[in-house]
Amino acid sequence: MSATSTTILNLPDQTTAAIPKKNYISSEHGLLSWLLTGDHKRIAMLYLISITFFFFIGGAFAGLIRLELLTPQPDLVASDTYNKFFTMHGIIMVFLFLVPSVPATLGNFLIPIMLGARDLAFPKINLLSWYLYLAGGTLTLAALVLGGVDTGWTFTTPLSTHYLNTHVVTTASAIFVAGFSSIFTGLNFIVTIHRMRCPGMTWFRMPLFVWSHYAASILMVLGTPVLAISLTLVGLERLVGIGVFDPTKGGDPLLFQHLFWFYSHPAVYIMILPGMGVISEVVSTFSRKRVFGYTAVAFSSVAIALFGFFVWEHHMFIMGVSNYSALVFSLLSMLVAVPSAIKIFNWSFTLQKGSITFETPMLYAFGFMGLFTIGGLTGIFLAALGMDIQLTETYFIVAHFHFVMVGGMLMAFLSGVHFWWPKMTGRMYPESLSKLAAVVTFIGFILTFMPQFIVGYLGMPRRYHAYPPEYQVLNVLSTAGATVLGVGYMLPILYLAWSLKYGAIAGNNPWQATGLEWQIQSPPLTENFTEIPVMDHEAYDYEWLEHKTQNEVTTVG
Amino acid sequence: MDNSIVTTEPLMPRETAVHEEHEHVFIPQHRHHFETEEQQREAGSFGMWLFLLTEIMFFGGLFFAYLLYRNWYYDAFVPASNFLSVTLGGTNTAILITSGFFMALAVWAAEVRKKQFLVIALILTTLFGLAFISIKYVEWHDEWVHRHVPGASFDISEFVSPKAHGITDQKPISPDMAEHCQIFFFLYFAMTGMHALHMIIGIGLLVWLILRAQRGDFSAGYVAPIENFGLYWHFVDIVWLFLFPLLYLINRHPLK
Amino acid sequence: MTAHEQHYHDPANVTNPEHSEHHIVSPVQYSMVFGALLLGTLLTVLAADVDLGAMNPVIALGIASTKAVIVILFFMHVKYQSHLIKMTVACGFFTFLVLITLTLSDYVSRAWGLW
Repeated sequence: MSATSTTILNLPDQTTAAIPKKNYISSEHGLLSWLLTGDHKRIAMLYLISITFFFFIGGAFAGLIRLELLTPQPDLVASDTYNKFFTMHGIIMVFLFLVPSVPATLGNFLIPIMLGARDLAFPKINLLSWYLYLAGGTLTLAALVLGGVDTGWTFTTPLSTHYLNTHVVTTASAIFVAGFSSIFTGLNFIVTIHRMRCPGMTWFRMPLFVWSHYAASILMVLGTPVLAISLTLVGLERLVGIGVFDPTKGGDPLLFQHLFWFYSHPAVYIMILPGMGVISEVVSTFSRKRVFGYTAVAFSSVAIALFGFFVWEHHMFIMGVSNYSALVFSLLSMLVAVPSAIKIFNWSFTLQKGSITFETPMLYAFGFMGLFTIGGLTGIFLAALGMDIQLTETYFIVAHFHFVMVGGMLMAFLSGVHFWWPKMTGRMYPESLSKLAAVVTFIGFILTFMPQFIVGYLGMPRRYHAYPPEYQVLNVLSTAGATVLGVGYMLPILYLAWSLKYGAIAGNNPWQATGLEWQIQSPPLTENFTEIPVMDHEAYDYEWLEHKTQNEVTTVG
Repeated sequence: MDNSIVTTEPLMPRETAVHEEHEHVFIPQHRHHFETEEQQREAGSFGMWLFLLTEIMFFGGLFFAYLLYRNWYYDAFVPASNFLSVTLGGTNTAILITSGFFMALAVWAAEVRKKQFLVIALILTTLFGLAFISIKYVEWHDEWVHRHVPGASFDISEFVSPKAHGITDQKPISPDMAEHCQIFFFLYFAMTGMHALHMIIGIGLLVWLILRAQRGDFSAGYVAPIENFGLYWHFVDIVWLFLFPLLYLINRHPLK
Repeated sequence: MTAHEQHYHDPANVTNPEHSEHHIVSPVQYSMVFGALLLGTLLTVLAADVDLGAMNPVIALGIASTKAVIVILFFMHVKYQSHLIKMTVACGFFTFLVLITLTLSDYVSRAWGLW
């Protein structure tokens, strides 16, 4: 590869190339063959369609919120409608988009292939998990159609149990059901990673994508049930008035907070860890280098999962928890910065002296690294006790977690979708349009959420639909940014759909990447491998790849 | 072959002599994406264990709530707990342990391929499970009659003035504290109810397993469903082993 | 299973670094466990009737934990399982303890007031 090359994209000759006749999409036909499939790749596609659907519903609510906040006066909707907007936005984005986004789509599609297996360990449970997701989604939509819910996505008691008569129970059961979908996905991944690796695939030869999914799966399996029980108790409190969270009967509302955040803090690592896995793959491929400090990156994923369980009380610093306990949790929260920083530093060192090219997935990955770093550093502000008292419940918090979740996770998701799109569909997306989308997304994002840091620091509280007029300039900027961001998200939907029919034939390995998934045909066969591979080299071994292509007889077709 | 990553072309068959100790068995239930029956069995059992971890955490939330309120409202928890019948609770514990014992025997019978023994052991497991649920129902009914079910109809008078209700071995407690008996009873119903729900699901699965065992599905070397169900059933037992002392035996000597 | 499917199944394709033999626990062993569990139940009821102050719940939980460990080791075969399963069980109880202890850290120190 010459130093002047601007792309590593290597497509087969378009005049002769064709999508392989036999692949997982063409192997069976008809709607039922999709709805009853056990194939992890088909289930991944089903998930991709459904989470995209919910992403746009959640996005529409985000748009409505920003539209209301365009002016200081409460002029678009009434205050309780506004409450329903941000609640629905939060619930859909957290439980129906971010938690399943990368694991259930890319993870589902790729983990068996990356491990050299034919499928996940439990294909039927995998399908069940998609149906549970749909059931949860349907219940959420039912709550929405019946009149909405205005608890915020956190279901804070006693607000959710005593002071509202919206559809709290319906929504709580939706999340309960969707939670089981996430448990089953995580369980499937852990068993697959332990039991289905191909010969020679030792733990330290696994791609980092698999490591990060392993860590996230542990959190799904151990954390989600606690959310299930806390929401069950909220439901019972509403239905029969059990008193566990009701101070008038001797219950403690903070108990709910403890149980809820025991899951919901690790949940943010469930959301971000798989995204970090995507970034490891993308950064390595487009730098043509092994990920710097592979072992450190692998262990930092597990460390994030472990520390994730020790920090939840930082969501409750202003709620009257013990000062001594808050002190401990403040310290523990700052510890999470260590493994996160290890990852960012290692990706940076991977870039150093690499042959970097700027394809679309790489642009998104750069977006991730920058925005996640800002989101992470502002997280340290919030872990610090005194600072947190000042900033909690302001737009600073909103900006912080959107930098991590949207700037981090959504960027990683889009990076991954572009990166593996040729593998999933056999076709390339249009290169320049997608680069434009990546840049538009980045600009739109910064414009939307940077002003929110400032306006939050100045003291604008979150979850209100009106604000003092002096904050208007920053809010107008934010709403303008949201519009740009909306365009940035619409573009991929359009051109990815277009590429399904008109995209260039991608061939087996358009990126000349090293992963097992790139050594098989695109789209893959239903059974992934005609024969189980033997892993005889480390992950990200580009020298091995070069030797391989040298000796390879042509494999088009 | 310098590397063995397989492309779309089928490659030469590899040497298979490395792992000769593994028997190459095919059972009808072998699923295509597993290489060996053993891999399938171990994956299944590992998956079941992970599922049980989620159950630990699910009950864990309730156990923590119990721990907290027991310490806060110990004076209310003692008389409330003493209203439960140790005889019924203890009998139920023995019944559940017996049911678990027969489940263990069923696993053994499947492993040594004794079909008739397996069916009988599963039926006994089911019967003892049903006996447990029946006794539980009697206890719940008692609490309903005494208006100890949390909610609008909850009545504190038996705790405030036990003598008036013919209860001689309990000290009266203040009405404020007696209100907190409701929390005990809620936790009691939530924990035993959640436990009973698991048992009812288990009994449903047992019926299905009995039918399949009768058909001979598990007497030819395919024992994974029996083993994995056994894990579930024993886990439900373990939950009860903790519930019994925590709910029934808080303080059985109050007047000393 | 079709002939095509059969040709690609190969035991050599299983990566299973720590494989444990399929151990069959005998009915005699099960009976001993059964007896121990019944004995434990009797003991815990008897112990509850004696006033031991703060030791009562400790003893009750001690007996319950012992019974649980016996069930896990023998009825659930963990004694004869791979390290993976043992680690998994330990991991579950560890996370449960994290939930309990860290939440208690708030409740225990709440009464200490401000420093």
